[in-house]
Amino acid sequence: MASGNLFQYVLSIGDDALITAQRLSEWAYRAPFLEEDIALSNISLDMFGRANLFLEYAASLKGNDTTADDLAFKRNEREFTNKLLCEQPNGNFADTMIRQFFLDTFNKLFLIKLIDSNDDQLSAISQKAIKETNYHIRHSSKWVIRLGNGTAESHAKVQLAIDNLWMFTEELFEMNENDIQMKQQKVGVDCTALKPQWDIIINDIFLEARVKMPQDLYMTTGGRHGLHTEHLGHLLSDMQYLQRAYPDAKW
Amino acid sequence: MSKATLQVWEVFIQPKTGAHFQHMGSVHAADKEMALQNARELYTRRQEGTCIWVVRSENIVSSKPEDNDSFFDPADDKIYRYPTFFKVSKKVKDL
Repeated sequence: MASGNLFQYVLSIGDDALITAQRLSEWAYRAPFLEEDIALSNISLDMFGRANLFLEYAASLKGNDTTADDLAFKRNEREFTNKLLCEQPNGNFADTMIRQFFLDTFNKLFLIKLIDSNDDQLSAISQKAIKETNYHIRHSSKWVIRLGNGTAESHAKVQLAIDNLWMFTEELFEMNENDIQMKQQKVGVDCTALKPQWDIIINDIFLEARVKMPQDLYMTTGGRHGLHTEHLGHLLSDMQYLQRAYPDAKW
Repeated sequence: MSKATLQVWEVFIQPKTGAHFQHMGSVHAADKEMALQNARELYTRRQEGTCIWVVRSENIVSSKPEDNDSFFDPADDKIYRYPTFFKVSKKVKDL
């Protein structure tokens, strides 16, 4: 097994978790009310914890004393391979909830499959992560329903969030060359196969929220190849500031 | 979301199976599910419980401080109401 491929595979999954975590952490002290602030921060911490597990594993595969921190703080924008949906800005509360609902639903389906991976480490991390994700999806999906059935304003905002973020959803199920190799080696997950189930879950919640699933929208992609939207650079400048300004600073 | 659309809920946690539920505090929430989730976020971060109850605060009937004399003081001189005359086996942990 070419470990270079496994490294890239693990790194990409770690990037998805890390960038999602960083986005969610931006809600700390800014959420609509105290309890929600704590909820979002807890979910953010779950994702940081997961990112740490994946990136530590990736670092060990890379060798040369690479650490998870090296991977998180010393790579440039083009070297990050997270999917574009993860880096999309928090926007208003509805924007964040829709982004999270799409991601949580994908993560749930993805992790369930990754538990069956031939790779013991990936399987173990997924087993731990799936419990958290089951809670995350409960949190975000109930908010989508609440906002959809709330006021005219909350309904309009959640529908607009869906329409704006829909273009990033197809990328979740894309398989690049490396993904296909990983799948053939029974290490990775066949993301394409997750789409029908994802559609069913999304559709069920949308029905309950009385919002519409967009049809035939333009879809965009590029994250796995390091081609990002303009938002990732700003996120990284914030996240990496300390290590860039004071290299190798320690707690 | 303004506080006006949120209600206060009281949170009770059962520390372990079979134990009494204990009042932990309160949370703000707009509905049952949110109350349960917020209770989970605030009060079970360190695996404190096995079960959570949430109850709308307005559904709790409380005595008033001015009732204290008539409610509680009469027990003052009735020592026979205390179960201190029974020997409790050391094996009993959760009485």
